[in-house]
Amino acid sequence: MDPECSRLLPALCAVLADPRQPMTDDTCLEKLLDWFKTVTETESSLLLLQENPCLVELLSQALKFQDVSSRILSFSLRLAGIFAAQENCFQFLQQGELLLGLFGEAGPLGLPAWNVPSVRSGWIQGLCSLAKHPSAEQFLVDCGAVDTIFSLQGDSSLFVASAASQLLVQVLSLSIQGRATPHLGSSDGDWPSCAQSIVGYLEESLRSGATPQITQALKVLTTTFGRCHHSWTEALWMRLSPLVTCLLEKDTVPTAHSLADLFLSMARSPTFGSSDCDLWVTLAQTLSCLSPTQAGPLALGILKLHVCPQALKTQAFDVLLQPLACVLEAAAQVPGSSGLPDGTGSNPTMADALLASTSSCAALLCQSLAHLGELQALPHSPRPWPQVLLLEATVMTLRFCSGSAVPISSVGGRLCGILASCIRVQRAALDFLGMLSQGTGPQESVTQVFAILLEYLRSPESSPTVLKKAFQATLRWLLSMSKACGSNNPDPHTQPFLRELFPVMQKRLCNPCWEVRDSALEFLTHLTTHWGGQPDFRQALLASDVPELTQQLLQDPEAYVRASAVTAMGQLASQGLHATPSGPEHPGAKQSLPQELLHILSLDSEGFPRRAVMQVFTQWLQDGHPAMAEDLEQFMARVFQVVSRDLDWEVRVQGLELARVFLAQTLGPPDCPYAVALPAATPPTSPAEVLRTLGRVQLLEFAFRALFDCDRPVAQKSCDLLLLLRARTAPGGGLQGAECNPEAVTVEAALRAWQAGEQGQPLGELVPEVVVAILRTLDLEGLQATLAESSDHVEQSPRSLLQDMLAAVGALGGHEADCY
Amino acid sequence: MQYTQIQINHDYVGLWTGHDFHPQFPSLATCSKELKECSGHVFVDSVPEFCLPETELIDMSTVDVILISNYHCMMALPYITEHTGFTGTVYATEPTLQIGRLLMEELVNFIERVPKAQSASLWKNKDVQRLLPSPLKDAVEVSTWRRCYSMQEVNSALSKIQLVGYSQKIELFGAVQVTPLSSGYALGSSNWVIQSHYEKVSYVSGSSLLTTHPQPMDQASLKNSDVLLLTGLTQIPTANPDGMVGEFCSNLALTVRNGGNVLVPCYPSGVIYDLLECLYQYIDSAGLSNVPFYFISPVANSSLEFSQIFAEWLCHNKQTKVYLPEPPFPHAELIQTNKLKHYPSIHGDFSNDFRQPCVVFTGHPSLRFGDVVHFLELWGKSSLNTVIFTEPDFSYLDALAPYQPLAMKCIYCPIDTRLNFIQVSKLLKEVQPLHVVCPEQYTQPPPTQSHRMDLMIDCQPPAMSYRRAEVLALPFKRRYEKIEIMPELADSLVPMEIKPGISLATVSAVLHTKDNKHVLQPPPRSTQPTSGKKRKRVSDDIPDCKVLKPLLSGSIPVEQFVQTLEKHGFSDIKVEDTAKGHIVLLQEAETLIQIEEDSTHIICDNDEMLRVRLRDLVLKFLQKF
Repeated sequence: MDPECSRLLPALCAVLADPRQPMTDDTCLEKLLDWFKTVTETESSLLLLQENPCLVELLSQALKFQDVSSRILSFSLRLAGIFAAQENCFQFLQQGELLLGLFGEAGPLGLPAWNVPSVRSGWIQGLCSLAKHPSAEQFLVDCGAVDTIFSLQGDSSLFVASAASQLLVQVLSLSIQGRATPHLGSSDGDWPSCAQSIVGYLEESLRSGATPQITQALKVLTTTFGRCHHSWTEALWMRLSPLVTCLLEKDTVPTAHSLADLFLSMARSPTFGSSDCDLWVTLAQTLSCLSPTQAGPLALGILKLHVCPQALKTQAFDVLLQPLACVLEAAAQVPGSSGLPDGTGSNPTMADALLASTSSCAALLCQSLAHLGELQALPHSPRPWPQVLLLEATVMTLRFCSGSAVPISSVGGRLCGILASCIRVQRAALDFLGMLSQGTGPQESVTQVFAILLEYLRSPESSPTVLKKAFQATLRWLLSMSKACGSNNPDPHTQPFLRELFPVMQKRLCNPCWEVRDSALEFLTHLTTHWGGQPDFRQALLASDVPELTQQLLQDPEAYVRASAVTAMGQLASQGLHATPSGPEHPGAKQSLPQELLHILSLDSEGFPRRAVMQVFTQWLQDGHPAMAEDLEQFMARVFQVVSRDLDWEVRVQGLELARVFLAQTLGPPDCPYAVALPAATPPTSPAEVLRTLGRVQLLEFAFRALFDCDRPVAQKSCDLLLLLRARTAPGGGLQGAECNPEAVTVEAALRAWQAGEQGQPLGELVPEVVVAILRTLDLEGLQATLAESSDHVEQSPRSLLQDMLAAVGALGGHEADCY
Repeated sequence: MQYTQIQINHDYVGLWTGHDFHPQFPSLATCSKELKECSGHVFVDSVPEFCLPETELIDMSTVDVILISNYHCMMALPYITEHTGFTGTVYATEPTLQIGRLLMEELVNFIERVPKAQSASLWKNKDVQRLLPSPLKDAVEVSTWRRCYSMQEVNSALSKIQLVGYSQKIELFGAVQVTPLSSGYALGSSNWVIQSHYEKVSYVSGSSLLTTHPQPMDQASLKNSDVLLLTGLTQIPTANPDGMVGEFCSNLALTVRNGGNVLVPCYPSGVIYDLLECLYQYIDSAGLSNVPFYFISPVANSSLEFSQIFAEWLCHNKQTKVYLPEPPFPHAELIQTNKLKHYPSIHGDFSNDFRQPCVVFTGHPSLRFGDVVHFLELWGKSSLNTVIFTEPDFSYLDALAPYQPLAMKCIYCPIDTRLNFIQVSKLLKEVQPLHVVCPEQYTQPPPTQSHRMDLMIDCQPPAMSYRRAEVLALPFKRRYEKIEIMPELADSLVPMEIKPGISLATVSAVLHTKDNKHVLQPPPRSTQPTSGKKRKRVSDDIPDCKVLKPLLSGSIPVEQFVQTLEKHGFSDIKVEDTAKGHIVLLQEAETLIQIEEDSTHIICDNDEMLRVRLRDLVLKFLQKF
């Protein structure tokens, strides 16, 4: 331990033990515990206590429960546990009966403080830390803690109940692992006494017939099998399995979720997965006796297992497919003609669950769609994957939701009524439909997919969130189709779709709901990015009003929409697809797009559009966009001037990124000693010329000012930029620094003023030599190192923590504490 | 009660295929001047006529009260109050009266502007009508169709309206109490609760749960209804108003952007307020700031101004604005900034200010009269222009039929904020009436979408439905009447507890009934006969009060009764069971005692002594009070 900390500890312990000086900040106590935990990981706890007797004093003080606040009592319990985790320290504390006093029956259990959940939680956490060695097991038995843990499982505080369950598992594991128990059988005598009492408790709970008790017992078993993979867990299961499987025989399984969790936990354990126990049979039985909603998560869990019999996987997959099978059956023109493979047909229970109510139907379908989506993304997704059926069922679900399905059967009619306008199912189905784009499908299915997507994009009934999902699914399908064609073009199948899409987009861009306009713009940006160069796409886009409407949305009242419009316009302009302002058909357009974006950068009151503008400018500069090439220096000067005054640090960071790209382009490619020398078209620009250019575009002033920015990311970015500049201009560049130049002195003074947080004067035009001198003078590496550390690295030190805690209660003489 | 909205069936005919119509038929030839063909459809050329509420089942002169639900369903009122012998009272809220007046005034103004000498009548001849194509041949009661009423009749009809406020209880002849409740559909729109002391009937019509400008629907007061009569649901259950407003705005913006004009046929009040509010927020984002919006109606100014003064009838947000003070509707700002201009007609100032491209709101939504006709003629030939239908009352295809061929784009965005079937389900779950009564159409899916089981009322117990002209007995009986007891009479009562918690008292009083109110008053004290020779007045002739006999309760156990008889010397007793009780036969005494649940008869042969003896034995088994 740091000597300085050791020096501060007695005062701190005195403060903590003093009931007249209440410690109100819980986070300080948590930090203190973290620190002690770190210290005891590398040092001997016994030594620590011996060197700092104040700590033992503090723990002893906690025994005087009436004098101690619940906060300090909880802290002391946890601290005692941390120290007692080491067996010799445990013995040391036991000698003074300190542990018995804190955790025994004479401890806080019967006191009013016990009603405070944090005290009960502290008690459990203390024991959790402590229960690491054989001596601890006996201690737990002797002090009667096990019974208390049993009762805390049903605690009103969920945190306490959950921690009690975890502790019980730890104690069970400690009890069994510490013994040589090669033959744990069903008789009580085979088990260590502590373990026996826990197992007996679990048996009793499982037999009780009361759902809360059964759930608690199942949770303990789930955690046990999840954490412990020793052979004794198998013996434990052999003993308890009859009681657990009994639960499945009831008409309705009351603890279905807990049972599913337990079986999945076992299936993931190497102990059971590889053994010849009846787990797989039990899982199959569970799948068939749970209700459709309860069976879903279990089926998903089974399908995610790496080791599992194929028959069980097939059964589980069937469970997930059944709701969609029901939808297909309901939509079939002739009963039984849904085209489902044998065994996948809907069962009556599933149909009942679907038709019971809107909420149960939506829950079941959403669950099934989400689970299937999750499976599809897995590398070991079920095979064969019924892509066509899933496509048809998802499309049909969406048609039921939109009311465009015309079922003949009465089940279909009821399903139609239940699903009509159900936004939840629409969103889930569109999500899943998008995921299905990763697979292929026959032409007919793909046609249906695009038809339903167009229907949703077109329908005024589509809510903004549904529409967003429809846009996302459409994009995925378009991309997938183009990928399947092996080129960057939309495939011929999607050409008619795109032609129909733009009139829909026009409407969506005019929608009064801003979320719709925003989603449409994002979609347009993605479309243009992928197909902006494709002639048919360009033709269809330019034949519509979409570019003009997008430009108009630069003035949208909603900031998010303006930001999306900026990005979309940036992308359209990159592809030469934006409206030309000078043309006679655009008499209303007054200024060019770069000027319009610069206007937004200068005047928009919201950060999002300004950030978007900076991203567009950076992209344009990288791509060498013609709009930027024209009078680039003047334009960049204006941009840097505006961006350096921006109040949003993200805009300034983006500005520095633009500066970096500009600098890189001005400097040209770096010299590489191994590169094959090609005859350069234009001779490389001299460093002096580079610096003069940077000065003219105001980049240097912006970068120097940003170096002392109060927002760390800005300063870091600027530091990196200037380091790059120094590296590329100074060595062998023929430029000598002019450190003693009066101009350099003035600049340095200005920089110091900026560093001190003063506004300062503009630097004006900088001579290259002065810039080089400044770059040399500045300790950029040092600054970079400082900035790399988090801003509170000083405040996070243990010494600072102790000082702060003391200062908070006025126990420190001076005001030396760090300020947060 | 709600009256059917006027059906404008005067001059349109649905789809008509040319080869079915042969004017050379003699009977048709006679009326061929009245008929006109347009793009395969046949129309009657006539002064507009209106289909009246049916009066076959009910004699309006016997109707005491008319309750008006909202201003859209009072358009036939002058026909009833002025021509049927109706002498009762009409109840409505103030906005209903004022805006209803505006709608009628606009209608009369539109019709009177273009007078026609004659109504077409020849086509109504049954022999002619049956040869006409649908829907002309299917039109019912054509002989009862009438020309529009005059402003004088409107004023007379409206003068019969008595104004009421929400939650105000109105006594109707002491028989029932009626109360208007906010229905959330339009300014001043009401649902009505009709209740007696023990029964409650709710009449729900034209209600909305959406957050628009009117005061929200009062659902709580509809609870505990014996019967809930449900009418006036949305006419377009598949069109969500939010989505339709989105379509409306998008199409409007796209048309104007392309240099076209937008025509919105509409009523001068109602949805137009919401549309203007929506446009107020939208025009800037859509770059429409410089596009003029015109609202043309003889009552445009009144409608816009009335909407701003009915603060207490508005939703909470708008009420709050009034106290700021700010105008509750933003159309005031649109008018101030000259973005919205309103004119009584297309003549006068409007022709000077008219600038294109523009957006025009005007009536009548049937497209048969009013300024909308002019704009359809003016803009119909250009595909740049768009007509957007927002009123759900008329089929837009039928409305447009006489204007065909039409180049202008037609968009159908019906905005009907009334309850849809999902909302009805929620409402019924919340209100839980014992019985729901509704039109038959609501209990089955629409014929064109028979699979849409969601487009019908689904409630338990199933709703009772009725068809046109069907008389339905409401499923409850009036079993109790409430009677008041005067305090002095109540004071004199001496209750006796016959069971724990149940006390009875006998009461002798005079039941006084007036205006369906029943009051028990103390009986007049027996007065000494006056010595004077004055003739007694009839009202003084009160029956004498007899000595009160005690009331009996309890039952007679036959076996014990027989034993008692035997103890008292009766012998040869036989007991026979009957359907209603027992007969005890005293053969020796030739006497019969009939014991039934609520009566006991002693039948003996003129032996009064024996009867009294037996009576006393019977009385021993009964309680007296």
